[in-house]
Amino acid sequence: MVSGKGGTGKTTVAAALALALAEEGRRTLLVEVEGRQGIAQLFETEPLPYEERRIAIGPGGGEVFALAIDAERALLDYLQMFYKLGGAGRALRRIGAIDFATTIAPGLRDVLLTGKACEAVRRRGQDGRWAYDAVIMDAPPTGRIARFLGVHHEVAGLARVGPVHHQAQAVMRVLKSAETAVHLVTLLEEMPVQETADGIAELRAAGLPVGVVAVNMVRPPVLAAPPRPEGDPAALAEALARAGLGGAAGLAGPLLAEGREYAARLALEAAQRAELAGLGLPVHELPLLAEGVDLAGLYRLARLLREQRW
Amino acid sequence: MSPTSPTGQASPANTTDIADIADIADITDITDEVPRLPVDPLLDDPGTRIVVCCGAGGVGKTTTAAALGLRAAERGRRVVVLTIDPARRLAQSMGLGELDNVPRPVPGTDPAAGGELFAMMLDMKRTFDEIVEAHADPARARAILDNPFYQSLSAGFAGTQEYMAMEKLGQLAARGEWDLIVVDTPPSRSALDFLDAPQRLGSFLDGRFIRVLTAPAKAGGRAGRKVMSLGMAGLQLFTGTLGKVLGTALLRDVQTFVAAMDTMFGGFRTRADATYRLLQAPGTAFLVVAAPERDALREAAYFVERLAADRMPLAGLVLNRVHASAAARLSAERALAAAEILDPAGPAAAGPAGDAGGAGGAPGAPGAKNLAPGGIVDHSRGQDRLRSARPSPEPHPPADAPPTPRTPQTAETTEDPRRPAQPEEAADRQDTDGLAAGLLRVHAERMRQVARESRMRARFTAVHPRVPMVEVAALPGDVHDLAGLRAIGERLASGAD
Ligand SMILES: Nc1ncnc2c1ncn2[C@@H]1O[C@H](COP(=O)(O)OP(=O)(O)OP(=O)(O)O)[C@@H](O)[C@H]1O
Ligand SMILES: Nc1ncnc2c1ncn2[C@@H]1O[C@H](COP(=O)(O)OP(=O)(O)OP(=O)(O)O)[C@@H](O)[C@H]1O
Ligand SMILES: [Mg+2]
Ligand SMILES: [Mg+2]
Repeated sequence: MVSGKGGTGKTTVAAALALALAEEGRRTLLVEVEGRQGIAQLFETEPLPYEERRIAIGPGGGEVFALAIDAERALLDYLQMFYKLGGAGRALRRIGAIDFATTIAPGLRDVLLTGKACEAVRRRGQDGRWAYDAVIMDAPPTGRIARFLGVHHEVAGLARVGPVHHQAQAVMRVLKSAETAVHLVTLLEEMPVQETADGIAELRAAGLPVGVVAVNMVRPPVLAAPPRPEGDPAALAEALARAGLGGAAGLAGPLLAEGREYAARLALEAAQRAELAGLGLPVHELPLLAEGVDLAGLYRLARLLREQRW
Repeated sequence: MSPTSPTGQASPANTTDIADIADIADITDITDEVPRLPVDPLLDDPGTRIVVCCGAGGVGKTTTAAALGLRAAERGRRVVVLTIDPARRLAQSMGLGELDNVPRPVPGTDPAAGGELFAMMLDMKRTFDEIVEAHADPARARAILDNPFYQSLSAGFAGTQEYMAMEKLGQLAARGEWDLIVVDTPPSRSALDFLDAPQRLGSFLDGRFIRVLTAPAKAGGRAGRKVMSLGMAGLQLFTGTLGKVLGTALLRDVQTFVAAMDTMFGGFRTRADATYRLLQAPGTAFLVVAAPERDALREAAYFVERLAADRMPLAGLVLNRVHASAAARLSAERALAAAEILDPAGPAAAGPAGDAGGAGGAPGAPGAKNLAPGGIVDHSRGQDRLRSARPSPEPHPPADAPPTPRTPQTAETTEDPRRPAQPEEAADRQDTDGLAAGLLRVHAERMRQVARESRMRARFTAVHPRVPMVEVAALPGDVHDLAGLRAIGERLASGAD
């Protein structure tokens, strides 16, 4: 599971992880649950149907499959599977029940989404091997993740009997097992770091396994050491002139000011790093790609993840 | 490029003029045609009753709302700010330590102009509970509040927060105690959710399905007749199936909930509609907040189009966390070239340039190799010549030395200090050179960011050239106290720079 504050790079990191884990001869499945086709955009393919299909070969030579889960379709599948509803399924849809169940009934939607992913986790091929060596979910943001994963608890309580109850319990077993890890993506900024700390506390309280913290969009240091703010403008201007820059006197002041801002930012980042280090989890960093994440950038991130051995 | 350069004798004033004209011509395309968002007049106008800050997640909606509220109050208005999920430290410094769902005065607001600032943090469950308590008799209210289905619903399915934000806005407006209400919007990915979610909740509460569920409780009603027309067999299949799928206990909870809520349904829709109309009223001003990034600006564009379609009054776009440079005339390329001269062994290729390289293996190694062999002085001259030989990329003469006259000068400054070669002086100079190189690299990174941001901005303005805009500079740190909010307020009123 890859979660994190909105916009920190959950989709990107989940995709890079699916690529990274696809070793020679292995298969990974990348699952999207929010119906936004973020994976298709990232891999520059057309929108994914509700069906597992191969979208890439990882840098290690394995295959990456992707699936965009549609909660409404997942519900109809379940009804079909358990009750052979046939036409009644359509009737339910017409009357708004499917809509109701997938958007309103507490967590049923989330149950279906994680249920589908867990089905893929437990699936075996005809040769008896796991269908996928790893299933990576681009999960909802930190603010919702504990609830999203814990919803089976709630549902097992609400629907005290029946197939949904059993299903919820089975999913909960997978989610709480040592085979599951919730990774949290963050930036070196106050709010995402705070949200990460809160999310970890919530996940731990719910007995859900937390994996690593992925610090994304880390700006590589431009300076070995931050410039001393008390730099002498005159000496600096001389140095700038030595490098052949005209109007050096006018540049020294603004450059020093930028240097001070840079140092302030480094200090803030250091404070956030310290905060993250105190969470008691492995912390990995991924660099900011200057021109955004295209397919090549995604593979680059995947290689970095492989080097970091997540 | 400038015709006066080759002679080197043109008066500086003259050079500047020409360069400036070129400069202005360049900028006119992007800036001048975009109207400036007049923030102070908007806040001061007694006709402005509601300001709504919308935008994609994390762009600065809460910060902007709080800063506008503070500024309006300190300019003399009686203001309430409705914030949603503010950062903890900001909440504390606004006196929002407790979540009691009512506005509190913000300590530290300057009362000199006669205004006042109140702030509150939305508690959506509490707001929902309050509606129930206000519209049902105590016994019925208790039954609803204790219902497990209600508890899940109010604790937040997608849309509850948006609905409750609108509800709270309606309540605040109805109280008539403030002459300006500034509304923050929930941290949803899409700005449109704020407008769509309440409708969704409304249509659920009014939905056919819920009517069917209510039917057994009140078979004589219109909904009941509808169900009858489905046929009894159909109904049994239907509830039976639902019972099996959801578990009969859950279905019972839902049914009791719906029955208990029934008297309130009309109320929900009426209230949502009323608030919606409030948003269309002329006293309302929408501010779309965006960061100068692709996704955020795309959201902003959608939102602008949607407001127009819904006939809701857009005041303009706040482009937040924009970067600028006081040394903008020194380009990233030239800064990096100069840094390499001063400190060839520095982390040149580890900078942002290295990152753009994509999948191409170890970043930095080739660049570093190229730099290493050159001696400092040789290199310096080589670079100088190189630069003299090509047209100057920047229009501003002070940084971009006209080649002919300046080159000898530069050579002097380059060589003169080197002759004495006192050990400690040399060490000092090395220090300074290292500092200068570092600052130049910092500057190069900054300039790249400035360029990226202005490209993003240009994309938006090309499509929406008539949307008034104001740029708010990125502060070096987070905004978490009134001083920070005032600084943002200043920038909102005057624009970046
Ligand atoms: N390492 C990186 N370097 C540069 N840009 C990045 C990096 N990681 C992510 N991005 C960019 O940041 C933006 C947000 O990333 P992404 O969509 O993965 O985040 P998310 O957490 O999934 O967002 P949401 O909460 O909206 O689902 C995208 O434009 C993405 O290309
Ligand atoms: N101009 C600015 N300069 C520096 N930091 C800023 C600026 N504007 C906002 N921030 C910081 O950016 C972070 C996000 O801002 P804010 O909480 O206002 O965003 P938001 O749009 O309300 O986010 P959400 O969608 O999560 O509610 C905060 O830490 C805030 O202090
Ligand atoms: Mg995403
Ligand atoms: Mg906010």
